[in-house]
Amino acid sequence: MSFLAHYNYHLAIILAMIGLYTMISRTNLVKKVAGLNIFQVSVFILFISLGVLDGGTVPILKEGYSAYSNPLPHVLILTAIVVGVATTAVALALVVRIHEAYGTVEEDQVQAKDEEP
Amino acid sequence: MLPLIVVAPMLGAAVAALLPPGRLPWLWATAVSWFMLWAAVGLAAQVMDLGVLSYWMGGWAPPIGIEYRLDPANALLALLIALLAAVVLPFAGPSLAAEVPERKSPWLYAAMLLFLAGQMGISVTGDAFNVFVFLEISSLATYTLIGLGRNRRALTASFSYLIMGTVGATFFLIGVGLLYALTGTLNMADLAARLPDVAATRTVHTAYAFIVVGVCLKLALFPLHLWLPNAYTYAPSAVTALMAATATKVAIYVLIRFIYTVFGPSFAFGEMPTVQLLVPLAIVGLLSTSVVAIGQANIKRMLAYSSVAQIGYMVLGIGMATATGLTAALLHVFNHALMKGALFLALGCIAYRFGTTQIDTFRGLGRRMPWTMAAFVAGGLSLIGVPLTVGFISKWYLVSAAIELGWWPIVAVIIVGSLLAVIYIWRVVEVAYLQPAEDTTRCEAPLALLVPTWLLVGLNFWFGIDTRVTVGIAERAATLLFSTAAGGAP
Repeated sequence: MSFLAHYNYHLAIILAMIGLYTMISRTNLVKKVAGLNIFQVSVFILFISLGVLDGGTVPILKEGYSAYSNPLPHVLILTAIVVGVATTAVALALVVRIHEAYGTVEEDQVQAKDEEP
Repeated sequence: MLPLIVVAPMLGAAVAALLPPGRLPWLWATAVSWFMLWAAVGLAAQVMDLGVLSYWMGGWAPPIGIEYRLDPANALLALLIALLAAVVLPFAGPSLAAEVPERKSPWLYAAMLLFLAGQMGISVTGDAFNVFVFLEISSLATYTLIGLGRNRRALTASFSYLIMGTVGATFFLIGVGLLYALTGTLNMADLAARLPDVAATRTVHTAYAFIVVGVCLKLALFPLHLWLPNAYTYAPSAVTALMAATATKVAIYVLIRFIYTVFGPSFAFGEMPTVQLLVPLAIVGLLSTSVVAIGQANIKRMLAYSSVAQIGYMVLGIGMATATGLTAALLHVFNHALMKGALFLALGCIAYRFGTTQIDTFRGLGRRMPWTMAAFVAGGLSLIGVPLTVGFISKWYLVSAAIELGWWPIVAVIIVGSLLAVIYIWRVVEVAYLQPAEDTTRCEAPLALLVPTWLLVGLNFWFGIDTRVTVGIAERAATLLFSTAAGGAP
């Protein structure tokens, strides 16, 4: 019962593990960036879940409503999303540069090319 | 004044990006960094008089509004960042002009100023979420700066730093989120006041674990240091000097701030196994990376490994959980920035002349570049911890903190670590002074590079002889961090 009651937190943990696993196991740099994104999204879900109130509505004052969701975690996550977008942009730009310099985006092939004299 | 020290480099970065390529962005960035130094000195003097400075963003009172808060601990850090920026940026002009294409210069200096804005922001903010945002601002700028290195390996070094750095920052964010879930606040002082009531819950333990591991990734504590050697080796010389001197130090400060102010020593050292975790890792890291440093053919890489070892000393000081240990850690943060700054600037002079820092290029350099090599030797002596240099002061405090606790094996470890430093510095000295060069023409670095290098070398001796300023601030900061922890909210 308590597992289902907190299903959003469990989902966040599962997503985080998928993201981390992708980053560690994949050699393709673009897939690593995708894994990083999944990992970050899991944290966004964690934060947004924190702000939810059972039966609460959007935090705009209106007659007839007394329970509101907490808007602060949502605002924090807006900032974190912007940070995530910027990080992804820099990461993809680096991948493009790596492709220009090495002709591949596979980590093992990049390493092999570095070890050649 | 307090917000201006963050806002000035941030707006300065936007201006730098709009300037035409050439010398202008560099001159502008240098001017901004000097303004920051002037502001930081003024603020540090005010803090020493008044104790704590607080600025409320937009006039909103904390804990609802975001607060900038300066006490002796972060005043020391702000001073350090501004000082290093003001010395390294004049050096950066000629050095980076040789290493990075001119058309990129506006963006290069914009990234440098953003890096400084982020570092400064972390050091003055009193808000836990703000730390994350500024951490990412400075990290993103760092990834860009590392990627500008000449060798194509700079790109892969930057990419792996990006992946690990973002994971670290996201771990930190998870920790902050869990703390917010329990306390409903993000203000550090408010968190410190509310956490003791809920300290026994598993959520706080988890939050603590996430924050410590995330920050340790950023500060490159062994075995989370794998991004650091490549990043330092392949970044442009001036960028390495600035990063080595400030970036990891700021992460150390975040660790200190969260352990001592937010969670409090009684929780961090009483309830959580912080000592059992930090001290062994610091010792293993200190010894193993020093040994690895001895075998490096690239001197820049050797100093990068030595940086990881020096971080071991700082974490050791934090892990001692005493006021003397914390004083030693804070002192080493400041002093290590001075010595590594000087060493990396000397390497920058060599890279400027030869385009490489392989040990082979050092043959006979003692005669070919006497001033640069003398600066390197002076920085090396400070790194080893010879009396009259800053390295001696911080090691002295660290050893006395260990003796105070009766940790004699730790004293031995600190001495062995210094002996290993003697070995890897001597290797360079031997090649430079005792091996003959094939080409014996003098090729001293230009004065524009030598003056900043020697300025830092001079500071190494200045603060090694006259320790009133640094030890004074560090001791006050350490007692403050301990007393606030004991008495609830700071």
